[in-house]
Amino acid sequence: MCLAIPGKVMTIAEEAGCRMARVQFEGVTQPVSLDLLPEASEGDYVLVHVGFAISRIDEGEAAETLRALKVMGMLEGELPPQDQDGENAVRP
Amino acid sequence: MRYIDEYRDGDLARKLLRQIERKVTRPWVLMEICGGQTHTIMRYGLDELLPKGVELVHGPGCPVCVTPASLLDRGIELAMRKDVILVSYGDMLRVPGTKMDLFSARARGADVRMVYSPLDALRIARANPGRKVVFLAVGFETTAPANAMSVYQASREGLNNFFLLASHVLVPPAIRALASSPDNRVQGFIAPGHVCTVVGCADYEALVTEFRLPIVVGGFEPLDLLQAILTLVTMLEEGRAEFANDYTRSVSFDGNREAQQILGEVFEVADQSWRGLGEIGQSGLRIRERYAAWDADRVFDLAPAAAEAPSACISAEILKGLKKPTDCSAFATRCVPENPLGAPMVSSEGACSAYYQYRRHNLVTLQ
Repeated sequence: MCLAIPGKVMTIAEEAGCRMARVQFEGVTQPVSLDLLPEASEGDYVLVHVGFAISRIDEGEAAETLRALKVMGMLEGELPPQDQDGENAVRP
Repeated sequence: MRYIDEYRDGDLARKLLRQIERKVTRPWVLMEICGGQTHTIMRYGLDELLPKGVELVHGPGCPVCVTPASLLDRGIELAMRKDVILVSYGDMLRVPGTKMDLFSARARGADVRMVYSPLDALRIARANPGRKVVFLAVGFETTAPANAMSVYQASREGLNNFFLLASHVLVPPAIRALASSPDNRVQGFIAPGHVCTVVGCADYEALVTEFRLPIVVGGFEPLDLLQAILTLVTMLEEGRAEFANDYTRSVSFDGNREAQQILGEVFEVADQSWRGLGEIGQSGLRIRERYAAWDADRVFDLAPAAAEAPSACISAEILKGLKKPTDCSAFATRCVPENPLGAPMVSSEGACSAYYQYRRHNLVTLQ
């Protein structure tokens, strides 16, 4: 129920006094309310939950997390290898 | 899709898993609070890839699972009235009440409709001015602002045929109940990333101080969860009980002020009964007096709650992290998603449904 999906804000318009966006998710565009996230603007990536945008994805933080994870991975590469039973670790 | 695929990178996941292996010297029991996180863990088999000593137990963060049967009974009672259209999220329709579920009510002629968003519920109310539209809504802090918005919008529009029949629950009181229980085994919590997106982090920092247990906010993709597990295990191994936010691309310390504001406008904190966990003080939300005209419980004269019949379902122990779905004698035999004995088998976030979908191949060894 707390599932929230990232999507890209394509356009924003007023509809019946509410701020509504067309948000593009993988292949589909859906109407999404910006009532809980008035600061969202076109081009932003937002997390959408039950038809409402609840946060703007912070691009800087997202990049920083991935950078930190990759640095961790590089350190890992310098250490002696462990057993490889994680071959199919992450399934699609 | 951007912000999804990169957090499912198998190479990085394997490297994180090895980092976790290196840290662990002793067994640790961690709980992910949110059912969405449980599903990611099961779907990618993360629990089976972690070092043997690290055990994940699944928390009560499935709103459908903890919704009392009495709410469904009230929903069904209203749905059977000719003048009512009952709308709810898809997950709720198959959850057993004490006598039947909403799908059975529909089979008996009730007008029960599935919605994806509170906005859909409002639309149905506008399109059917001659009928009473009751929106049966449940949720944690993530969903409560959107549900609150439906009431606020109905009042703003003067939409007098829209009513909310709601059961909302709050995460921090549930963590407090679990952590202070004498049979608690959990040594560290993964806090629910989308709840914290809305409410922020202050309550979780306070829980760390109160219970001396580490809490790390985690996201919902495999790398998010492995990162949170690594942070927790590192803290535990080093004897630190601290708060950390590992889901910074969505969660800020203060959360979403707009969402908190509408939540406080429409709801106030109240005692709440949790299916499986019982009554927990100040752990839910009720509609404020000034919105009483949109509160189904105040507007309609509903029958008092009926007692729940005894059942083989062990969801209470599962929601407390004391047992796993596969410990249940009914799991995948008498209790399946099409014919569930308990809510955790119904909800897309329920632990039993996650095990049923992703872990049936292990049944022989697990039973």
